[in-house]
Amino acid sequence: MSRNRPEPVQVVKQRRDAAMSALVHGVPYINFLGIEFERRGDELTAILPFDDKLIGNPLLPAIHGGVTAGFLETTAVIGLAWSGLWGDIESGRISLESLTEGHLPRLPKTIDFTVDYLRSGLPRDAYARARVNRSGRRYASVHVEAWQDQRAVLFAQATGHFLMPSKDE
Amino acid sequence: MEPDKAKMAEHFINAIPHCKALNMRLTGIGAGHAEMELPYDKRIVGDPETGVLHGGAVSALMDTCCGAAAMCHPSSPSGTATIDLRIDYMRAATPGQNVRTKAECYHITRSVAFVRATAFDDDDSRPVATATGAFTVQRK
Repeated sequence: MSRNRPEPVQVVKQRRDAAMSALVHGVPYINFLGIEFERRGDELTAILPFDDKLIGNPLLPAIHGGVTAGFLETTAVIGLAWSGLWGDIESGRISLESLTEGHLPRLPKTIDFTVDYLRSGLPRDAYARARVNRSGRRYASVHVEAWQDQRAVLFAQATGHFLMPSKDE
Repeated sequence: MEPDKAKMAEHFINAIPHCKALNMRLTGIGAGHAEMELPYDKRIVGDPETGVLHGGAVSALMDTCCGAAAMCHPSSPSGTATIDLRIDYMRAATPGQNVRTKAECYHITRSVAFVRATAFDDDDSRPVATATGAFTVQRK
């Protein structure tokens, strides 16, 4: 029998969650907005818990357009980095120790980002998921959808292009 | 800036909780024009290794500045909201330096305001980012 016995589920989950946490919590701006990520296998959902400091229009009130843009851009960058890192994390090429010590992998850089505001962001939690439509050696194209109470009712969507970190860096 | 305009500008920023949280300043305002500044702040860093600010904070600055430019267009819309905003990131803003932006509402119709903006750090010759957007025009 050449097939290796699969790793225990706790070991796999711990490694994936630690990698995710290191990636997200190492960035001050992500912590400032309060964005968290929920992982189901390799699928990520970004969560933006509502907070008063996110308000852009106090009369409605509505979430600031810049917050929505920052939330979607973060979802795109983390989603893209995560899909690129997945193989290295699964194979153990990226060790848990180096990640938790703060040796973060280089993140993709935004070239351009276009946000489509479909309806005003209500004063409640928001969610977003990214889809990597194309990921080459140097460039990537990512689409992001964001919603609040109803998954099918988007309040914003965005498309962005990203420069991938060079592998030998 | 004239004292009454400066007071209005301060009032405008203080009324927007997110802009207040980022300590943004409205530094200039005129017919269809606005200028704003975002002080460098460690809380909004996007790359902890280099200390470069996150694009999201620059987006918030440019979105607000574009909205302000649309609002102060001579046809005086009573309110505005972003329809879409595209930001091109030319280079990373130098860590430790403030980001300044100038926005211009270059065309307005009964229902849409077209706005563009450019952002700089201390180097005026090389833009950090440019933005183009469409905004709604709410009539009185």
